[in-house]
Amino acid sequence: MADGFTRGLWVYLAASPLLWLTVTLMVWLLALRIAALSPRNPLLNPVLLSVAILVALLLASGIRYDSYFAGAQFIHFLLGPATVALGIPLYEKLALVKANLVPMLVALVAGCLTAVGSTLLLCHVFGFPPVITASLAPKSTTAAVAMAISAGLHGDPALTAAVVILTGITGAIIVTPLMNALRIRDYSARGFAVGLASHGIGTARAYAVDPIAGLFSGLAMGLNAILTALVVHLFF
Amino acid sequence: MPVGLTILLLFQLIGEILAYATHGAVPGPVIGMALIFLCLFLFKGQDRLKAFETHTLSASRLLLANLGVLFVPAGVGIVQHLDMVADRGPQLIATILLSTLATLLVTVSTFLLTKRLMGARKDG
Repeated sequence: MADGFTRGLWVYLAASPLLWLTVTLMVWLLALRIAALSPRNPLLNPVLLSVAILVALLLASGIRYDSYFAGAQFIHFLLGPATVALGIPLYEKLALVKANLVPMLVALVAGCLTAVGSTLLLCHVFGFPPVITASLAPKSTTAAVAMAISAGLHGDPALTAAVVILTGITGAIIVTPLMNALRIRDYSARGFAVGLASHGIGTARAYAVDPIAGLFSGLAMGLNAILTALVVHLFF
Repeated sequence: MPVGLTILLLFQLIGEILAYATHGAVPGPVIGMALIFLCLFLFKGQDRLKAFETHTLSASRLLLANLGVLFVPAGVGIVQHLDMVADRGPQLIATILLSTLATLLVTVSTFLLTKRLMGARKDG
């Protein structure tokens, strides 16, 4: 009887996006709490924690990713307007951006070529098949762009999406200890580097550290998306 | 807030239309970002723009302050690739870690070096 009720309720809830939308937001709030316990520890990254908790929940409950995404897509959808929103701090801090325009453009070209070139080199060293190499090549760009580039190179866009997220989390975790160890205090340079290497997840990290870092990170993310799409063909 | 969000969506929509028209060389939201910046820049200081600015500012602050959560649904997609991660885990992690490290180092050092060279020229 109770079993029938549970199964009925499960079927009822699974048919609506409410459950996984709510669970995703609750897990995010929990991850923020955990990250706040030790704000100086970059390993306690809220994106990493949330993904780990939700993957464990899906595996434990046997829920397919498609059913999960049917609910979570409402959060995913806001990535579009959030990208548009990056144009506003750019306008607000225009003088600062103008003062750094040349360093930005030089770093953009050098960083973009390093991101794609070093990935291809490592793929070659490890003997990855061409489909994996093509899927990894655009991994520093924001997910939507990376998936489009990967498809154009006959990669696997779904694999690209996963690798893009891992690259974002990796950069977000290592950037603060790395820059502090190198004693780099220029937040425009730090932000630009993390946005170029780790797109939006790096930008989320940059905004959490410093608003100027966030601004330059957002700029690097947008510029690198454009440049990578244009230059990736030079490597293939 | 609703006005600001509507404006952001409208710019994304225009961006998507242009991305479709140009066969997607640059993604729609990135075009939208460039266009909203251009709009603010070109009509700077006009009274009519004040409301536009205030509305978009509040919506953009809210979205950018919570940027991390927006990547969670896509990130959970890794659950579909756990076999591939298990198969080639160490090589995959090494590739991601080393290339991200190299990209961060090259980007930050070229940025600072160019800035220093320009400063030196300005001073000299």
